[in-house]
Amino acid sequence: MVLVMDFFISNKKLLGWISVLSVGAALIFAGTQTYPATGLFFNFFTIDFFAQFFRLLALTAVGLTILASFAFKKIPVSLHGEFYFLLLGFGVLLTVMGAATNLLMIFLAVESVSMTSYVLTGIQKFNKQSAEASLKYLLFGAVSSASMLFGMSLLFGATQSIDLLAIGSAFQSANSGMHAIGLVGLLFMLVGLGFKISIVPFHMWAPDVYQGAPTPVTALLTVAPKALGFAVIIRVLFYAFPHLASHWGNLLAVLSILTMTVGNIIAITQADIKRMLAYSSIAQAGYVLAGLAVPGVLGLRAVLIYLLAYLFTNLGAFFTVIAVERETDSNEVDAYDGLAQRNPFLALSMAVFLLSLAGIPPLAGFVGKVFIFMAVLKADAIVLAIAIALNSAVAAYYYFRIIRAMYLRTNKTVTPIQNPLSLQLTLITTFVFVLLIGIFPSHVIHLIEKALTQFPVF
Amino acid sequence: MHIPIDHILVFTSILFLIGLYGALSRRNAVGILISIEIMLNAVNVNFIAFSRSFASSPESGQIFVMFAIVLAAATAAVGLAIVLNIYRNQKTIYTDEIHLLKW
Repeated sequence: MVLVMDFFISNKKLLGWISVLSVGAALIFAGTQTYPATGLFFNFFTIDFFAQFFRLLALTAVGLTILASFAFKKIPVSLHGEFYFLLLGFGVLLTVMGAATNLLMIFLAVESVSMTSYVLTGIQKFNKQSAEASLKYLLFGAVSSASMLFGMSLLFGATQSIDLLAIGSAFQSANSGMHAIGLVGLLFMLVGLGFKISIVPFHMWAPDVYQGAPTPVTALLTVAPKALGFAVIIRVLFYAFPHLASHWGNLLAVLSILTMTVGNIIAITQADIKRMLAYSSIAQAGYVLAGLAVPGVLGLRAVLIYLLAYLFTNLGAFFTVIAVERETDSNEVDAYDGLAQRNPFLALSMAVFLLSLAGIPPLAGFVGKVFIFMAVLKADAIVLAIAIALNSAVAAYYYFRIIRAMYLRTNKTVTPIQNPLSLQLTLITTFVFVLLIGIFPSHVIHLIEKALTQFPVF
Repeated sequence: MHIPIDHILVFTSILFLIGLYGALSRRNAVGILISIEIMLNAVNVNFIAFSRSFASSPESGQIFVMFAIVLAAATAAVGLAIVLNIYRNQKTIYTDEIHLLKW
């Protein structure tokens, strides 16, 4: 893995490129590795294709974010070394999170990922909003970690084990008292993890944090920890509690409907684009949760496809926000008026990302939505399916508002917006992947089916 | 002397709820951090009690507690740094006076 970094190089730009290259090397290394599922360190980790998939996801997100952050001017130059180091460490911790199959490892990984994100959020030391966002994130995050840990302690007490598979088998043979304690423990754990992936009613921190954090960090936070949080939830539920699937399925279905409805409705009224995308990302978590609410291979496959599509789409959207913020120093929706005249490529790519978020064919988001919808319908969860359909319509409204501003309105200033090379590169990458996943989904589906081959689904 | 596990569970639940109440009702950011420490300590007592009373492998609970203590300390360090930073920026650590970001 990527670790060794020289912090004595005075040229921070060079440092950034080294980080990007090392993430790239790790990606290639991770992509070419194939071996059977192995447990490492007394089975504290499991390296299987599932972990592999999430490792690719996390590294891609981190690499693209570092590349995009070259163009972001608001982080003090003296802090660039720390910033890249934190991002790289973040990548390592995320891969650990995807491989953890043990309560202790899950706790350590989730907690250190959160701690890194608090610091990353507050990295603009002299910016009031950034500082406030990191304080809010810290307070909510620490309380949720504590409740997750409390849940873990009850689970440990009920099953006398901290290994997920052992917990599963011990739980089935537990007497009724211990069963009840274990269930309370599971609920507490879900509350803690629900905070991390910002599902309603545990979402209050998300808009503030996403708005206040530096834009590249927001891009990363809406994507990577969320996806890995889902990975942990999937591991916990499918490894330890497959026999309770119908119960937690119903619970997650309710949460999913709540999450997408609240996220989408509040997003409509937002005037700040980062805040709007924050609420939109809450709503997107709701769609992903819908895939989990119908436990089974189909649902799981849909979740992974959606997460992958969402990764490129959301990163791309936030990278466009970086480009506009750089030039106009504003995140208001008004700043997007007449963007098509100022930089046609930027407007086009933003339009594509927003349409993909709305789930319009032939883009990546559409593929994700189709699979979620198929899984939900297969499981006869009609209410859930109707909620998804209605919410997609509501969501399209506020996505189209931006597109209308970009193409149909005119701006007083018509100076063209220049894109630096690194940002252009990330935009093109995400743009191409959004199109590719949308047009040739079969490769992605193949990859994901491989990721699930070593996964114990019932 | 052997204390029954139920008593300990009641005790830690109360401790946890005291911490939670403090975290939700305090205005002072440092006070909230202290409340969170109380919650974490409830968890630690839980782990130790369970591993002492009937775990087949008591060491896993104890190791868990060691890690939990270390991470609690790390959280407190990061937390105080962030509180210090917010004080430098906004000259207050009362959470109801910190409201730049809101809908």
